[in-house]
Amino acid sequence: MAREAVGTIEAPKTVDTSARAEIRTPAQLAWRQLRKHRFALAGGAVLVILYLMAIFAEFLAPYSLDFADRNKFFHPPIVPQFYDAQGFSLRPFVHETTLVDPGLRRYEATSGRRHYVRWFVRGEPYRIFGIIPSSVHLFGVDEPGRIFLLGTDQSGRDLFSRILYGSRISLTIGIYASLVTIPIGLIYGGIAGFYGGRVDNVMMRMSEIIIAFPEFYLLLTLSAVLPTAVGCTTRFYLIVLIVSFIGWAGFSRIIRGIVLSLKEQEYVLAAKASGLSDLRIIWRHIIPQTSSFVIVVVTLGIPGAILGESGLSFVGFGVREPCASWGNLLTSASNLPTLSLSPWLMAPGLFIVAAVVAFNLFGDGLRDALDPRHRTG
Amino acid sequence: MLRHIAGRLLNLIPMLLGITVVSFVIIQLSPGDFLAEMRLNPIVSQATVDQMRANFGLDQPLHIQYLRWLWNAARLEFGYSFAFQVPVTWLIGSRFLNSLLLGVISFTVAWLVAIPIGIYTARRQYTWVDNTVSLWAYVGISTPTFFSGLFLLYLAFKTGWFPIGGLTSIDYEFLPWWGKLLDKAHHLILPGVVLSILGVAGLMRQMRASLLEVLRQDYVRTARSKGLAERVVVNRHAVRNAINPLITIFGFGLGGLWGGAAILETVMGYPGIGKLLLDATIQKDLYVVMAALVIGSVTLVIGNLIADVMLVVSDPRIRYD
Repeated sequence: MAREAVGTIEAPKTVDTSARAEIRTPAQLAWRQLRKHRFALAGGAVLVILYLMAIFAEFLAPYSLDFADRNKFFHPPIVPQFYDAQGFSLRPFVHETTLVDPGLRRYEATSGRRHYVRWFVRGEPYRIFGIIPSSVHLFGVDEPGRIFLLGTDQSGRDLFSRILYGSRISLTIGIYASLVTIPIGLIYGGIAGFYGGRVDNVMMRMSEIIIAFPEFYLLLTLSAVLPTAVGCTTRFYLIVLIVSFIGWAGFSRIIRGIVLSLKEQEYVLAAKASGLSDLRIIWRHIIPQTSSFVIVVVTLGIPGAILGESGLSFVGFGVREPCASWGNLLTSASNLPTLSLSPWLMAPGLFIVAAVVAFNLFGDGLRDALDPRHRTG
Repeated sequence: MLRHIAGRLLNLIPMLLGITVVSFVIIQLSPGDFLAEMRLNPIVSQATVDQMRANFGLDQPLHIQYLRWLWNAARLEFGYSFAFQVPVTWLIGSRFLNSLLLGVISFTVAWLVAIPIGIYTARRQYTWVDNTVSLWAYVGISTPTFFSGLFLLYLAFKTGWFPIGGLTSIDYEFLPWWGKLLDKAHHLILPGVVLSILGVAGLMRQMRASLLEVLRQDYVRTARSKGLAERVVVNRHAVRNAINPLITIFGFGLGGLWGGAAILETVMGYPGIGKLLLDATIQKDLYVVMAALVIGSVTLVIGNLIADVMLVVSDPRIRYD
């Protein structure tokens, strides 16, 4: 953690002009360590893919968030095929289907007409990054054919598209929550740790009250406070606030612990002796020292926020219809008779698990990489 | 030791007050109340609504309401449920025991399974067994209970091996005592498995990390170099020291388990305190929500206290007084 450990200098033992001293910055050392951590790299790769999916959701999704084909409710996943009764085709295609048994929700390819999967098709218009207008989608099939990679829900909405749009909420909630939690936690924990004594005692007792609640209980009751008649975006930000309200306490406790040990260091004494104000010492000299802890704690805290939001949305207290988040998409799977006929409704859950596993793997790898004690050579 | 416990208990008092204040404020902040629905009901006269308001003390100023509630809560009377028309204590008592039962079972299973796995993987660090188990442990801690719960319910529905939700069958009342026991056990398997997986995954990781840390210590090297069998070194010397940090986790683990159980209970229709809280929140059943919040957090706080005491008992290096 010490700032003076800027790099290790592999000094040549004998005087040899050809050998260059290698100087590595802490970031390079961390990266070197992280590269050895295969699980962490895999986690990082999954995260990159997931976030790219979230960013380019409109382009990747064949349908829009609200697109619904009422005649195709609870449609099973349509996998593009290369082969049918008419023979083999290099270009994958799907068959058009119609509902033959509404009770068992059986769909059958009646006409046998092929609808070829086309790349970069024109579809519903959207804006890239909310600015550049476009209507190109990565793939699609000609009407009236449909391509539902992960099936549809009760109103015939494409689950795959909705998962892509939902990832925007599910994957960003943790980041937004961190943006709120980090400054509060740094200042609160910084002050408590720096002053110690009675200030510390009172501040920590207060944060302990928040920690004392079972997390989900607090999330649930707090979300009941939220106004119901607000738009999706407003509700999203309100939920961010709730998640942060629960998260700041634990985070500031960690910061307080670090600051408590840091303030005994000589450089803090030196800063005090040179007459800096307390706030300046905390903010400019102590807080920056906690940076690698913050990175790790945040990386490992985001999955908690994802789980919190998805749980909340799952029971109907978080993000609500018609918006999509991975949690509320899973709600339609909570009816067992429905689920038994349409098991693909569980797909959003797999995305939750994938994202959380990836964050945990990456976060643990990052912790090992940033903590010199965990480095292996 | 006793003095330490007494001191900790005294410290709990301001904390409990804080917990009740926060709960009370949250509930007051939430828009609408149970009576709002009644007011819209044309059958219920305004006089009845006013009468109910007075009965429940809702016409009093907030601080009076709070103090009243607190005074009653101190005597374990948590008010009256609007929705069920029964005392909250009566309503919550059995639910609390159900949640506790589920928690204790899964916690016990988690410890019994996780410790041996943790030891096994720590002794074979970075082998394929260790890597596989670790990866699954990651999946275990990352799977939300409502998802694993749904998945198991789906399997149960397809195979018919396990009852779908609840804690008792319809014919429960007509079963002999051993039949009742078996029936409950049968119902407990699915939620128990979900929570145990969560617990095993978390604890196993901690045990592995903790044992690896201990195995690097000098005294382990000493034990090895004086020729002790590896089995003795690990089981007699290392494991006993590695378990200590886990006891602290016991307290935190309880929190995660309690929260994870809350949402699982709603998925599985398990009559526990978490499901009660959810239903009460939807119905704006003020005193039930309040009691569930307070009881949930008090359980957590006491769990932490027990963990602390156990740590003092098990680790002679830690002395509080």
